[in-house]
Amino acid sequence: MQAGAGPGVFRGPPRLQRDRTARHMSAILIVEQILNGLQFGVMLFLMAAGLTLIFGVMGLINLAHGSLYMIGAFVAAAVAGATGSFLLAMICALVAAAVAGAIVEIVVIRRLYAAEHLDQVLATFALILIFSEGTRWVFGSFPMYLEIPDYLSGAVTLPGGIQYPLYRVMLIGAGLAVGLGLWALIEHTRIGIRIRAGENDREMVAALGVDISRLYTLVFALGAALAGLSGAMVGAIQSVQVGMGEPVLILAFVVIVIGGIGSIRGALVGALLVGLTDTLGGVFLPELFKLFMAPAAATSVGSALASMSIYIVMSLVLIWRPTGLFGGRA
Amino acid sequence: MIAERHVNLALVLGLIVVPSWALAADEPFTITLATRAVILALAAVGLNIALGIGGLVSLGHAAFFGIGGYVMGILAYHAQTFTPLDLGAFSIAGTKAMPVIWLAAIVLSAFVAAVIGALSLRTSGVYFIMITLAFGQMFYYFAVSWRSYGGADGMSIYVRNSFPGLDTLVPIQFFALCLVLLGLVLYLNARLVRSRFGLALDAARQVPLRVRTVGLDPLRLKLAAFVLSGAVTGLAGALYADLNRFVSPAMFSWQFSGEIMVLVILGGTGRLFGPVLGAVVFVALEHFLGGLTDFWQIYLGIILLLIVLFARGGIIGLLCGKRGLHD
Repeated sequence: MQAGAGPGVFRGPPRLQRDRTARHMSAILIVEQILNGLQFGVMLFLMAAGLTLIFGVMGLINLAHGSLYMIGAFVAAAVAGATGSFLLAMICALVAAAVAGAIVEIVVIRRLYAAEHLDQVLATFALILIFSEGTRWVFGSFPMYLEIPDYLSGAVTLPGGIQYPLYRVMLIGAGLAVGLGLWALIEHTRIGIRIRAGENDREMVAALGVDISRLYTLVFALGAALAGLSGAMVGAIQSVQVGMGEPVLILAFVVIVIGGIGSIRGALVGALLVGLTDTLGGVFLPELFKLFMAPAAATSVGSALASMSIYIVMSLVLIWRPTGLFGGRA
Repeated sequence: MIAERHVNLALVLGLIVVPSWALAADEPFTITLATRAVILALAAVGLNIALGIGGLVSLGHAAFFGIGGYVMGILAYHAQTFTPLDLGAFSIAGTKAMPVIWLAAIVLSAFVAAVIGALSLRTSGVYFIMITLAFGQMFYYFAVSWRSYGGADGMSIYVRNSFPGLDTLVPIQFFALCLVLLGLVLYLNARLVRSRFGLALDAARQVPLRVRTVGLDPLRLKLAAFVLSGAVTGLAGALYADLNRFVSPAMFSWQFSGEIMVLVILGGTGRLFGPVLGAVVFVALEHFLGGLTDFWQIYLGIILLLIVLFARGGIIGLLCGKRGLHD
């Protein structure tokens, strides 16, 4: 039983160092941290969107979603290591995760749709064990690394003279673009119509001649692809290792619980809320406590509170709205 | 089909015979394994009260296990360093006495279970699973950042705590102590199931509306079950910490919550001895498969998957056929 890493699995870079006045520095710090929170939130959104889609359409709680994230990261690292092409690595990660998702859906998951939540939890927990140990078997226990390609490394200068890593800007952009694509897919295509119909009434959709089991495989593979892509992109800013998926998975759960299970809009709002709370809390809560506590105690209390902050936010949201911000059903 | 009480009897005999044999053959490691199985069984018996009888799928029971562990760790730490434990308004001395530690572990985990339960039971279904998971994580991260008590590294307790009249450092004596506790809790559990409360709780899981119609509040029944469940798992945590003489945030990890759940399901949900059988099988698998391959959890995963998909009653269900908690 290995413990997961901290919540800051893909939290921001060390602060960029520059000589500025203290006031200017703190303004820059705030902007940087907001961007870090945004980047974190956008990556969480890719995970959470898949989870919430799978829950919304099939009513399935999938703990193994983090494994698909891990598969994406490992495939990306392996392909990039073998071919040197970052773009190819991303594409392979996406495809591999989608294929793995489709296989898992056909072999295991589709037997669970009618089962109780408890069975779903256990079966997907079993899948985590199989995937994690299987990956350790194939790739070994040592972490792998995915290099950021030259054309995406370095920093960009944002309005106001703030320097920020290009790769992270790219992550925010890519994540938002994927989110937009997902929205277009669901709102404006025939498949999207079927997915939305499947959410509302699966018997009726099946009666109208849609192959519901193929639709389910497709939705599961789509969610898996999003998770794999997210893992691959994040793989370049953290080490790629077994067990990397679970901390993110739990955060993604927090996100969809806050947003309302089944709601993609809720996933976006929840992801940004969690990303910003976690990142900003980690930086500013210790500072806040320093205003009225001894520095050592303030750092300790502040960082403890910061690591718990998203869970506190989540419980507050649930006390206020037991089905999440945009959720309608449990 | 075998009668369930024969399986239970065989299990109890096994838990007495195997360690006795190990004692005679001078195999202290086997006794330690058996102790581990008994303590994990106790944790799972705790979860089974919420899960099996109450139908509450809690994925955060590691919180109570960890609280039990940290209660033991903190009290023993202050006893071994001869420093008082400062609780703000007043301070208390640490202790190495197991009964005191157990009581503190039970009371504190019951209290936390009452708070977590009261908040989580506002939700149901998937939300309940996830909010309990999140509360577990909250404690995990709190323990990681709590540097006074070891933070992420955890802390060691050099000498096992004491129990009046016993030498707990002798493996068989500590084992016997744990086994007696497990027996006691199982006895209380059996009484509970047949009590008015147990029957009402069972009904609250199956048909909450009817329970409400006869004037009982299903929510309060479930909360009471959750508190009892947390208290038992907390006691197991204190024992587990004493077995290893070490506490760390891993006791709070969500993987552990998943594992306790696996123990319950492996044996048979809602069966009195299900968690015990699950824990024994789990520790045996871990030991034997773990000796054969580093990747034994793959096989655990496959076994678990097969049980969930094809043998929903767990091992007891396979042996004895389908049946509810009572005859």
